[in-house]
Amino acid sequence: MPTLLLILVLLPFVGSAVAACMPSNARNREAILASVVTLSGLLVAVLLYLQVGNGEVVHYRATWLSAYGVDFALRMDGLAWVFVMMVLVIGLLVILYARYYMSPKDPVPRFFSFLLAFMGAMLGVVLSGNLIQLVVFWELTSLTSFLLIGYWHHRIDARRGARMAFTVTATGGLCLLSGVLILGHIVGSYDLDAVLAAGDLVRAHPWYLAVLIFIALGALTKSAQFPFHFWLPHAMAAPTPVSAYLHSATMVKAGIFLLMRLWPTLSGSQEWMWIIAGAGICTMLLGSFTAIFQHDMKGLLAYSTISHLGLITLLLGLGTPLAMVAAVFHTFNHAIFKASLFMAAGIIDHECGTRDMRILRGLYRQMPFTGTLAIVASAAMAGVPLLNGFLSKEMFFAETALVGGTEDWSMSIVAVMMGIFSVAYSLRFISVFFGKPTQTLPKMPQEPPRWMRFPIEILVVLCLVVGIAPGPSVDPTLKLAVASVLGERTPAFSLQIWHGFNVPLLKSVIALLGGITFYVLLRKYFALATRDKTPLLSRFNGAQAFETTILRLGVGASWLVKWLSTQRLQPQMLLLMVALVGIPLLLVQPLPKFAKPVIAGSDALFALMWLIGCACAVAAAWQAKYHRLAALMLVGGTGIVTSLTFLWLSAPDLALTQLMVETVTTVLILLGLRWLPPRLTPRELNIQVPHRVWLRRSRDMLVAVVGGIGMAALSYAILTRPAPQGIGDFFLLSALSEGGGSNVVNVLLVDFRGFDTMGEITVLAIVALTVYALLRRFRPAPESMAIPVQRVNDVDPVARQAPAQQANSGYLLVSGVYLRFLLPFMIIVAVYFFLRGHNLPGGGFVAGLIFAVAIIVQYMLAGTVWVESRFGLRTHLWIAYGLVIACLTGLGAFLFGYPFLTSHTARLHLPLLGEIHVPSAFFFDLGVFVTVVGTTMLILVALAHQSVRSHRLPQGVPPATQIASAPETI
Amino acid sequence: MELVMALAIGILFGSGIWLILRPRSFQVLTGLLLMSYAVNLFIFTMGRLWIDRPPLTLGAHLPDPATVADPLPQALVLTAIVIGFATTALYLVMMIGSRGLTGTDHVDGREPDQ
Repeated sequence: MPTLLLILVLLPFVGSAVAACMPSNARNREAILASVVTLSGLLVAVLLYLQVGNGEVVHYRATWLSAYGVDFALRMDGLAWVFVMMVLVIGLLVILYARYYMSPKDPVPRFFSFLLAFMGAMLGVVLSGNLIQLVVFWELTSLTSFLLIGYWHHRIDARRGARMAFTVTATGGLCLLSGVLILGHIVGSYDLDAVLAAGDLVRAHPWYLAVLIFIALGALTKSAQFPFHFWLPHAMAAPTPVSAYLHSATMVKAGIFLLMRLWPTLSGSQEWMWIIAGAGICTMLLGSFTAIFQHDMKGLLAYSTISHLGLITLLLGLGTPLAMVAAVFHTFNHAIFKASLFMAAGIIDHECGTRDMRILRGLYRQMPFTGTLAIVASAAMAGVPLLNGFLSKEMFFAETALVGGTEDWSMSIVAVMMGIFSVAYSLRFISVFFGKPTQTLPKMPQEPPRWMRFPIEILVVLCLVVGIAPGPSVDPTLKLAVASVLGERTPAFSLQIWHGFNVPLLKSVIALLGGITFYVLLRKYFALATRDKTPLLSRFNGAQAFETTILRLGVGASWLVKWLSTQRLQPQMLLLMVALVGIPLLLVQPLPKFAKPVIAGSDALFALMWLIGCACAVAAAWQAKYHRLAALMLVGGTGIVTSLTFLWLSAPDLALTQLMVETVTTVLILLGLRWLPPRLTPRELNIQVPHRVWLRRSRDMLVAVVGGIGMAALSYAILTRPAPQGIGDFFLLSALSEGGGSNVVNVLLVDFRGFDTMGEITVLAIVALTVYALLRRFRPAPESMAIPVQRVNDVDPVARQAPAQQANSGYLLVSGVYLRFLLPFMIIVAVYFFLRGHNLPGGGFVAGLIFAVAIIVQYMLAGTVWVESRFGLRTHLWIAYGLVIACLTGLGAFLFGYPFLTSHTARLHLPLLGEIHVPSAFFFDLGVFVTVVGTTMLILVALAHQSVRSHRLPQGVPPATQIASAPETI
Repeated sequence: MELVMALAIGILFGSGIWLILRPRSFQVLTGLLLMSYAVNLFIFTMGRLWIDRPPLTLGAHLPDPATVADPLPQALVLTAIVIGFATTALYLVMMIGSRGLTGTDHVDGREPDQ
């Protein structure tokens, strides 16, 4: 049984994923899929009734974030069951309706996918057994409803409506999260059962008011209660099936559901009554009054929805058990008649091309069936006897009368006023069917397809069944739902059409007669049929206030960005550097003691080496602007010194890697230099450098000098102190025994920290592909397209030769023969360094770089075209294979029941070679090797290709060069 | 030794800062290279300076950890060197791409107002 709950929640999400993948013209298949999903859900829900119907609570629990006391828990009791049924039954009817409503031109997969996802989220909300999880699903309904409302995203009103709905409800969701967190803190658990049992504790807690306000904010925004009601009419930009679903049975009812769900915990205080009932009264009156003056049929229904939600909220706010019964009952009734009315409005829109009640008239003649159905449903909305709306409204009138007792009639007056207004707007709604038909409609109306009307028929039949025979039809379900909330406090009640002559009946009669009179008066003296604005209230425009706020926020944000931010790099860098230098200086208080500088222990050669290294660095800094090649060579000098330092200071692996990276980097930058503009010194240009430039340079120099001194001081302070006990010892001691290698650095890389290396080669691969992708779009500046000055020479024959020619018969002949002869040896060196890497300096990184350099040498010698006509190195494939090898090695550990990348050393006895050790890390290192070769080559070759891409061949190249560059002529 | 090493790191780092604050993209690239040397050396020296004591366990007996260089900073720096190469490549391509798109090698993509 419990797993059924999980299926119930997951099924719509699975369906949503499947629907998203279906072809865009498969309207029928989509609808069938969605219906099957919903029907299966219904079947599951009916099966669950076997247990829930006995008053049991079905639980499903899976461990999720146990450390935070948050588990994935599903819980179904009577209330949840009623909501599940509402979500699924109305959902099924909406799906059927949508099949006919949606145009073949609309991208239907998206629609059904969003709809199913929304259904799943909604089921998640009502079935959550954990408050945090409830908030997650809650936000998910906000998100999916945003997508649904904005379904026609080419329309600005849809985008605006969706954004408004999302902003309001998601903000409410955040408030709800805050409230839930505090509530969980008070109770000590987020589990719904625990929270429901802790009502007295919560109400007595000093933070009760905070909890109440936050949770109320969540519920009131979601249920479009005053003052957050303004988003709902704008959400009418959604396709009508969406409105029918979201604003009858689901989205807006989530807020109501939450108030019902937490009713045992939060209700029963003065604060609850003031906040919830207060919001309810305002919303109810405001909504019903505004609804009368709408000229859009969906707008009228939107405001009427707001008013009915207000009514339910008011009932919940009253806090009496019987009010709770009325609230649940009205929720249920409202879903039925409102869904059918939305669908009817959709049909009229669909058939007539407009929903404007100022134009529509006399439709009964063209669509008698739809007309009858809509009139019955409107009557239910108005609270006409023998229909479901009458019963719940009667209970509402009874409750409001009880609250005031015999003296205070204010509540009763408010309730009757709402009744009068709702009769008036119901009449306004059905007025489109009467009168003389107009001829100016965009389309000639006719009855819709049989099955498009079917969902309305079902719903109207339900209105009648509930209205005429409430006892047998809904009484057990209602009792079940109410009992699951109220427990022992469940009042005795019976649903009957006739309670005798009493106050509620009198109120109903007043509301009906008053409503008709009011409507007639409005039509006669206030030109209701053609009126544009709502009297009195049209100046209070929540939506306008919202848009203004959003606009002001945007303006404020851009003002802040303008003043606090810059797009220029230099100020940002300066800030970064100043922070880098300044913050540590501020933090180190007092400054550490420095050991007296000892020069005696220094090796003179080492000092001399660094004298050169530092001179190179400073010279590079000096020359980088006007003499790029010189600067590049100087930086290379520093690199070599760095590499030698690694060698000197017992790090042979680093020395090797640094040396190879140095080589590759230099070649790389050389390839790039060509595309930079020539830069002449001010002296060559005969201009004066302005003072503020000198000022800026002095400032930067100051930062650089302070930073350098700080770094030197820091290094010296550390170097003159003994090293603390680190984790390096562990690696040293266990490299051979556990990693099977004696080169500890390599074992660290491919074994102990293998996962890290895995990430690193992935980054390498991503960078290489990014470089490749960026270069595909690369367009050089026009002036750098020409052949470099150095290669234009009338006298030198070399200038007219292609690289391949130079190497095969030109001045590079000797080096050409020699370097081609060396290629196999260089590859052997690479293989040698790879093989010995586990035990001696070397390894995948170094070997990969050596291998790459061996090939680069060939490229440098004979040019891209020649090399690639001889052997095409499919660098993308190398990267892919490398990553696959590394991953498979890691995954191999799973086969033996170990975690990812656990290594194992196999001892093999081979003929001739004797016993050898083959650690699995060896294969991982192979993956590293292959990836490094692939990435290095891909980057370099992609850059090198920029010079030979055909459409960029510089103007005026001698024909001989072009012929020579073709491979077959060599 | 310590003094030389500390001074070297300081000078490389200072040159790097100076270059990173310059307006031309190639200067920044050079600055990044110099700064990465400085930072790599700095991380490396966290294991202190050892001469002729590479972290290899070749003999029959495991060496006393206190007498051999710390392998951990070395492994970290090795990773850093290779990633440094990748970032240099990426920066280089951004640099020449930006030059092609905007027509200038200024880091902001446009010449400063004269």
